[in-house]
Order: sequence, then structure tokens, then C-alpha cells
Amino acid sequence: MQAVHSSPHTPPQNSVPRMMLALLFALIPGIIVYVFFFGWGVVVNITVAIVVAIICEALMLSMRRRPIKPYLLDGSAVVTAVLFAVALPTLAPWWLIVAGIAFAIVIAKHLYGGLGYNPFNPAMVGYATLLIAFPKEMTAWLPAGIHEVTFIDNLRYTFLSALPEGMTYDSLTMATPLDTVKTELAQDRTMEEIPVRYSGLFGGVAGRGWEWVNLMFMLGGLILIYMKVINWRIPLAVILGLFIIATLFAIPDPDLRPSPWFHMFGGAAMLGAFFIATDPVTAATTPRGQLIYGFGIGIIIYVIRTWGGYPDGVAFAVLIMNMAVPTLDYYTQPRVYGQEKK
Amino acid sequence: MKHKLWHFHGGLHLDGHKHISMTEHVMPVALPAQIILPLQQHIGAPAEPVVTVGEHVLKGQLIARASDYVSAPVHASTSGEVIAIEERPVPHPSGLPSECIVIATDGKDEWKELKPVENYQDMDPSALRNIIRDAGIVGLGGAGFPSFIKLNPGPDNVVETLILNGAECEPYITCDAMLMQEHPRRIIDGLLVMKHALRAKHCIIAIEDNKKVAHTLLVNALHEHESDFIDIVQIPTLYPTGGEKQLVRVLTGKEIPSNGLPIDIGVVCHNVATAAAICETIEAGKPLISRVMTLTGEALENPCNLEILIGTSFAHLLEACGWHEEQTDEVLMGGPMMGFGISSLDAPVIKTTNCILARPKNQPHRQPAMPCIRCGQCATVCPAQLLPQQLYWYSRAKDFDKVQDYNLFDCIECGCCAYVCPSHIPLVQYYRFAKTEIWAMERDKEKADHARERHEFHQYRMERKKQEDEERKRKKKELLKKTQGKKDAETDTKKEAIEAAMARVKAKRDAQQQQKKNVDNLTEKQQQALSEVEERRQRLSEADSSNKDKN
Repeated sequence: MQAVHSSPHTPPQNSVPRMMLALLFALIPGIIVYVFFFGWGVVVNITVAIVVAIICEALMLSMRRRPIKPYLLDGSAVVTAVLFAVALPTLAPWWLIVAGIAFAIVIAKHLYGGLGYNPFNPAMVGYATLLIAFPKEMTAWLPAGIHEVTFIDNLRYTFLSALPEGMTYDSLTMATPLDTVKTELAQDRTMEEIPVRYSGLFGGVAGRGWEWVNLMFMLGGLILIYMKVINWRIPLAVILGLFIIATLFAIPDPDLRPSPWFHMFGGAAMLGAFFIATDPVTAATTPRGQLIYGFGIGIIIYVIRTWGGYPDGVAFAVLIMNMAVPTLDYYTQPRVYGQEKK
Repeated sequence: MKHKLWHFHGGLHLDGHKHISMTEHVMPVALPAQIILPLQQHIGAPAEPVVTVGEHVLKGQLIARASDYVSAPVHASTSGEVIAIEERPVPHPSGLPSECIVIATDGKDEWKELKPVENYQDMDPSALRNIIRDAGIVGLGGAGFPSFIKLNPGPDNVVETLILNGAECEPYITCDAMLMQEHPRRIIDGLLVMKHALRAKHCIIAIEDNKKVAHTLLVNALHEHESDFIDIVQIPTLYPTGGEKQLVRVLTGKEIPSNGLPIDIGVVCHNVATAAAICETIEAGKPLISRVMTLTGEALENPCNLEILIGTSFAHLLEACGWHEEQTDEVLMGGPMMGFGISSLDAPVIKTTNCILARPKNQPHRQPAMPCIRCGQCATVCPAQLLPQQLYWYSRAKDFDKVQDYNLFDCIECGCCAYVCPSHIPLVQYYRFAKTEIWAMERDKEKADHARERHEFHQYRMERKKQEDEERKRKKKELLKKTQGKKDAETDTKKEAIEAAMARVKAKRDAQQQQKKNVDNLTEKQQQALSEVEERRQRLSEADSSNKDKN
């Protein structure tokens, strides 16, 4: 009558699809604000990325002779696609999206062993690859809230590379606030002057629109912490790392260094802290390891933003700390009950 | 006074499902036709039968004696005839049968003569322990370790705190709660016996705060005793707070050392049901032949707690509770978190059976395991503060050195990690597998070590013998040399005499050799032949000598 199983004999309480779904829902507030400031491009990007990700995932699963349905339904490919697409500039041609997400799923995920085994965050590998290969396309953003690109315009650009009538690529796009600050500071301008020169690009504490997007991603992240889908250590450590180093540099040189608030609510800081650094597969797992991992990401984001050659540092910061994870996990094991302190 | 409490790491807030089986009273069960008593119901060596097939036994009579120090005797749970001593199905995770004494009950339930113990307070603790050992009492909380051993702190240890564990943190199980409600006095009296045996300074009865009634009744019972060294403490309901390690941490803030025992930090833990059983032994002279146990689960019509005779079959008890076989998915012994599935319902309940859980069908159950996504939720809930996902990783890879580096043997198999795992990996199963493999490897290694040691010793012995022989020879030689040197001078003349004698002997022998043998009474012919031979020999020797000269 009965099959004998090992304890515990309890129905499943949680599941990978549930966690992935929660993550996707938590991204929604940020995406809505995104659309509000940057237009429908992000939605087009997300849609294209999801479709390509699912095709690549299914293809790889069948080549690796894994059951397709349960692995596709785990939702991890969709999450990778969405995180990747959110990081892209809103005005992206279709081949850019396809190349990036295919690289993420095929190489960074499956060729490294598939879900649970890949050492590097696939979405960030895809993003970083594009950043290196296609820097022009990857640094051109619509300025937040002051463009007039419609949904149809966006679709036409993505699939036909057709710009709205009377517009040139250069007149349409602008460097991001982070990028602008870096270039301007390099030309000996001060933090006082820059926003004046680029009226409309900057908001209250960071870039116009960007600060709201960051705030909404933070809100979504806090919901995930509350739902225990992610834990608080990594996001807190990322934000703390970024805040501390930005403060240390900004206090003596407020004219030449953006404020910590500018860093915390600019670029992909909050998306990185709550959604990307917390990817369980590639993050540290011990409590102390997670704090060090997050803190390291925060510091490296600042270093790349300030002295590096890229507009934002989240992707590289996460990838660099991914490399440190096995060592971190090994040396930060917690003290086991009844064991002497090491 | 409020007792200060500490926390242990992790743990789970589980749905208790306790109300299902919390009926008004503990009920008796009809006598079964057969009683099956396994010889191994405890940790340690199995008991040895002292009855034979066909013998009539009385209730409470010893039928198998302890075969070793770590062992426990078995007593007949009712009167009847021994009809078999053979392998029968028993409740064990392996599902393998084991040696049992089978008694056909006679329905009279006739006790042997009982000898209560009077004035145990005046007794020597060791005599008291012997009584408890002879009553077959083992830890009734689940482990089944012989209780008398845990009542012996050893000569160098002082028992600061004696803890009675009434936490009962596993979902569904209520037998300890019911026992505390029905027989609070027995528990306190048993505790006092234990305290005497251990010479414990302070006692704590720990109860989870979801058992208010049991707590109140125990507090009332304690008031009658007016003992100021017993604290009844409510602890927060959090699985697995009833685990010995966790309970000690919660109550004392101290941790039992890894690979150590509670006594190493001056603590001894017993279950409340064990205390009640000890009280019955001392007060009424009864050995351990029955216990309170929970029958529960959604596949039963009348879940309840029963006072059962040890050796009653699972099937008999399930039927007593309105069991729907066709609605049952599986029958567990113990709770859902740490219990195990029973493969044969003919198996009897044993001393450590605290619960039978009949789980209904069509539950959302067991999904195929997916890859570990390293989310770390297992580590968050682990009460031993282990890294379950690393243990899983290395158990799966059969890297048994690494898995021990990650302290596999500090795992208490509480199941918290597997409970929260979003990938539905049967983590505990992997840990049990790794533990079993390591034990097997250690046994093999022990055997190999033993063989190697024997071989090495043999070689060593041979080598030693050789050296000793040489040494002896050398000494003899030396001795000989020494004595010779001394004697030389004295014996020169003697030597000469001997040499002269020897020369004489030699000459004589030579002359004899020259002489012909069997030459008496020869015929003429023989004589002739002989002289011819002699002649030839002469010639040859001459030629020989001339040859030598030439050379």
C-alpha cells in the first residue's frame, strides 16, 4: 500500500517557481516608473528578451537531455531575461537584445552547468559582453521624461532601425547622468556647474527619473526581503559599501565628487543591490560571506563609476565578486553548535 | 520567578496539528490476541531471551535479559504463552525484520508478584539504578537509550541541572502533553527519584508554551510537593526546541560540546514519560510494559492518545481508532518531521513509539527534486548552524572528507532544511546516506587497521626474536672467548696430554682402517681375488703418487 520515504514527511512549503515569480512581481513598480520616464522601450526589450531566453533555454535543455517542462517552468530563464532587459538602454536594436540574452542563457548559464551551477550571474555576463562589444549602442539612453518617442516609434526602431521622422540618433539620445558627471568632472567642471549645463537631466538627488526608478526597485526589494525570497544582508551590504566609500570621498571634495545619494539612487544601484547581487546561485551563502560579498560590490561599483571607463559599474562589480564567492564561502563558515570558536 | 531563556539558531514555526489528538483522556485499548516483543527496542545490544517456546508467562515477567552494559531487558506486557521466538517485522527505518518473542495472550492479564520500592531516599543511587535497569526503562522520548546509564553521572561529574523534557515540539504528537495532564504527580515523583540518583542540584521541567493546560496542572501538582529546587518553565514553541541540544541551549545558555554529552556541562536530560515510568517502577514495582502514545492523522476517524501495551501491532491500534486504509497514503512512526514510514503494519509498537501518524491521500506531496539554487534558506533555519547546502553538495559528490569538514555529524536530522528547500531536495536523506557510508568506511578501516596492526606486530615479533637470538649468540661467543682466555694457560699441559691421546687414537683408527674386514674364514678363491685387488690397489696408489710427483 505504501512507499517509504525519508523524513521530513511534509508537503513542500516553497518552490523555485514561486521565488522567481515573486521576484518578477517585485520588479513591476520599478518597471512602471521606468516606462513613465523612458517610454515603452523597456517593455519591448523585456518582451524580446523573454522570447529569446525561452527559445535558448528550451534548446539548451533538449541538447543537454534535461526534462524541458519542469526546468522551463522554474522561471529562472525569464528572470534572467527581465533583469537583462531592464539593464539595457531603452532604445536598443533587436539584434543587440538577441545577442546579449543568447550569450547569457547559452554560454553563461548552460555551458557553465545550468541552473545552480553557473558561477557568474548570466544576466550580467550578457550585459557586460554587449558593453564591451557594442559600447555605442549600450551607452545611448533617452533622456528621462523629456523625449517624445512613442510605443510605435520604439517598435520601429527596435525592429527596423528606423528613427522617428526628423530625428537623428544623436539628437534623440543622451549620455546618462552618471556618464555625464564623469565626463564633465574630467573636464574640471564642478558638481555645482554640471546640473546647470544639463538642465532637465538631473533630479532631486540623482538623475531625473533615475532616482524614482531606483526608489521603486528598492521598494520591490524590500517586499522581497519581507517575503523572505531574498535576505537583507546582501542589499544592505551593497548599499552600505557604496554609501561609505562615496561619503569618504565626497566629504573632503564636495565639488569634485558626487554625493553618496547620487550614487545610491543613480544608475542601476538599487536594481543591482536588491535584484542582481542577490541572485542566489552566484552570490555568497554564509551570513558573513554575504556581508563581505555585498560590501565588495558596493565598493567596486564606486571605483568603476569614478575611475573606470564604463558609465556604470554594477555588472562588473557583481561579476568580480562572483569570482570571490567560493573563497568567501569557505572562510566565513559559521560556528557550528557545540564547536569551539575557530 | 521568571526563568531566563536563551535562543538557538534557526528553527521553524510549524503548524502543530495538536488539537486533533487532544481528547479528554488517555484511553485503554482492548487486549490484542498476540503480543510481539522485539529483543531490540533500545540503543545498545539486543536482549537475550530467558524463556522458551511453550512457556507460560505472567504480566511483567522478565522474558529477555540485558546482554551487555548498554542494553535493556524486556518484560511480558501481558500474561500468556510464548508461541514463537523468531524474526518478525519491526518498526525500523530499514524495514528489516528482527528477532521477537511472540506471546499468545490468555486474556487474564495476570500480573506477576510486584515489589514496590520503599524509601528509595535511603537507598544508594547505584542500587536505585539497578532497579531502574531491571525494569527495562529506556528513554521514551524517541531515542531509547537505557535510562539507568543516563542516571549515572560518573564519579567526577556534578549535575547542576536535571532537565525533564516536556517540550514535544514535533507536530501532531501529544502523548507527553496528555501524560502531563493526566499524571502530573507521577512525573514529579519520577523526577525526584532521578534527582536522588543523580544528586542533582536543580531541576527544570520544560514545556512549550502551546501546552497551557499541562503547564497549569504540573504547577498545581508541584505545589503539593513544596520543593523549591524544581522549576517548571514555559519555553517558546519553536521546532526543534525539544531536541536535547536546543533545549539545553534555551534553558541554560550553554552548548553541549560537539561529540560530547550534556553531563560535560553539568546537565542531564530525560523525557517526562521516562520520569513517569520510573515513578511506576519505584511506587508500584512495575517494569516498563506500557506507555502513552498518540494515534493521529487525517486518515483516522478518532485520533486520540492510548495507554498501550508494548508489543501491540500497529494494525490493531489503527483499527481501534477508526482507520480508513483506503484513504491512507502512508503510516509513520513518530512525527512528520523526524518519523519514518512503516512498511508492515504487523509490526508492533515498541518502547520508543510515541506516535503513529496515518497520513491521508491526495495531499500536495513530494515534488521531484530540482537543482539547488544555493538560496541558503536551509542555513537560515538550521538549528545546528550548519551549512546544509554544502553538506548536500559533498554528500552527493561522495566527498566524505569534505562533508565531515563541514561537520556532518553535528546534524541532528531535524529536517528543517528539507522543509524549507524550494528545490524539494530530500536533504536529510543525503546526510543519512553520507553518515552510513562513513560509518561503513570506518568499520572497514578498523578491520583493516586491526589486520595491519596484527601483521605489523607479527613482523615486529619475528624481528625481535631474530635480534634476541643474535644477541644470545653474541653473548655466548663473548663468554666463550673470555673463559677460553682464562683457561688457556691452565690447560696447556692438559691439552698436550689430550693431543697426545688423540694422536694415539688416530693412529689406532688408521691402523684399523688398513686392516681388511671380513677376511676370516675365506675360501681359496676369495683369498686369491682379494690379493689381486690388493695388488691392483697397490699399483694404483703407486701410479698416483708418481703422478703427483710429476705434477
